Amino acid sequence: MLQIECPYCGARAESEFAYGGEGGVARPADTEAMSDDEWGDYVFMRRNPKGLHHEQWRHASGCGRWFQALRDTVSCRFYAVWKIGEPMPASPSDEGRP
Amino acid sequence: MQKFSIWSLLRNALSYHEGWQQQWRSPEPQREYDVVVIGGGGHGLATAYYLAKEHRVGRIAVLERGWLGGGNTARNTTIVRSNYLWDEATALYEKSMQLWEGLSQDLNYNVMFSQRGVMNLGHTLQDLRDIERRVTANRLNGVDAEVLSPAQILAMLPFINLNTRYPVLGASLQRRAGVARHDAVAWGFARAADALGVDIVQNCEVQGIRREAGAVVGVDTARGFIGAKKVAIVAAGHSSVLAALAGFRLPLESHPLQALVSEPLKPILPTVVMSNAIHAYISQSDKGDLVIGAGIDAYTGYGQRGSYPVIEGTLAAIVELFPLFSRVRMNRQWAGIVDVSPDACPIIGLTPVRGLTINCGWGTGGFKATPGSGWVMAHTVAQGRPHALNAAFSLDRFHSGRLIDEHGAAAVAH
Repeated sequence: MLQIECPYCGARAESEFAYGGEGGVARPADTEAMSDDEWGDYVFMRRNPKGLHHEQWRHASGCGRWFQALRDTVSCRFYAVWKIGEPMPASPSDEGRP
Repeated sequence: MQKFSIWSLLRNALSYHEGWQQQWRSPEPQREYDVVVIGGGGHGLATAYYLAKEHRVGRIAVLERGWLGGGNTARNTTIVRSNYLWDEATALYEKSMQLWEGLSQDLNYNVMFSQRGVMNLGHTLQDLRDIERRVTANRLNGVDAEVLSPAQILAMLPFINLNTRYPVLGASLQRRAGVARHDAVAWGFARAADALGVDIVQNCEVQGIRREAGAVVGVDTARGFIGAKKVAIVAAGHSSVLAALAGFRLPLESHPLQALVSEPLKPILPTVVMSNAIHAYISQSDKGDLVIGAGIDAYTGYGQRGSYPVIEGTLAAIVELFPLFSRVRMNRQWAGIVDVSPDACPIIGLTPVRGLTINCGWGTGGFKATPGSGWVMAHTVAQGRPHALNAAFSLDRFHSGRLIDEHGAAAVAH
């Protein structure tokens, strides 16, 4: 089981958390003017990278709050966690990113 | 290709079975092909086989990053069925079922297809309504299906515990469904494709997809550039990675899906039993091991290993349904990387790049579709447009909104 760091509560077991998918997907501002292709891209298309992934998590069985994370999708190692609204940390790890 | 038959077996027995040839060649890749299939799993090999057998497309290569059939083809739980809800999905999976029924003869290779039935349990009133709806839809589409009462379930499985926390109220049964030997499927398609002149190149990772003026011209691989008039991506969990090389995104998320097998037991489980509601999924292989499928990890991952709580949840459900399995020891566990699509249906068709086709998004249930997937994909590659059976499964359905929601008929919740 993974240990995940909640930026509010600290390190907790993986089973307390809910995965919230790719992070940084902003809802488009001018939705009335959007084409079907733009809607499809926003709703369905994902980067799904092999490697570092910017994603959202929720501490569902803890404080209940959303936060963001940078995780390696091969090793499952978390390189950074930060609160919603804060900028992504510039240098997420001493050991460097893969 | 040496044909397998009772006569060839007898003839080779006389020479102590030392005269058998290799099942397929390991050729050096040529500089250029008419069609390059990326991915040497069951679907990729089936695509190449049907391309060579039913379409005149010239020289064909299958490029495999690791070894043949070493990904999800070797990691799935070998279930074959076609009891999906919607017309489009049923037609596709039923085409596959019909190919399965003649596959050993067609390939001259025993894929050990065993039609022992698949039972889907229902635990709530809504489950039963869904089962009756799906069974009726199957029958309207000419697919065999029936609803079982608890007494009928007990007649087939006298040792099942129906009085679980979520009591078993009924089930659907597709008798033509069953299991097949997963490795034999990869080997059988590889051997038959090789005999038709397909080059199967292993240890040849694709690292780039070259395009000129919006059309594909070849692939950069670990063994150099290979030119190609047409390229087909059939790469399951790594589809998004390959699509990124070609400059577009897919509506997929890759998750680890776990399975495990027990020590071999004497025959006890005569059919495949699955339950969506409590997430149990179990069959017994011809070798005797119980084959158990767990769920996907909620988060994405490419690591080919899953998290422990997922296995724990599945085994808790299995043990409650089948208390007599509670002391069976598990031998091995593993995970495969499944490419999950938003509507639990595959994507088979054209891409924004001319000459580049893709077959992906099978998620947790691709093995059953192996022959049918290859068959429609071969048509799509050769003709440059989808077959009627896969026209509805195009990538642009995520822009038009014509999704085909099969979450109810998928065995693994996601």
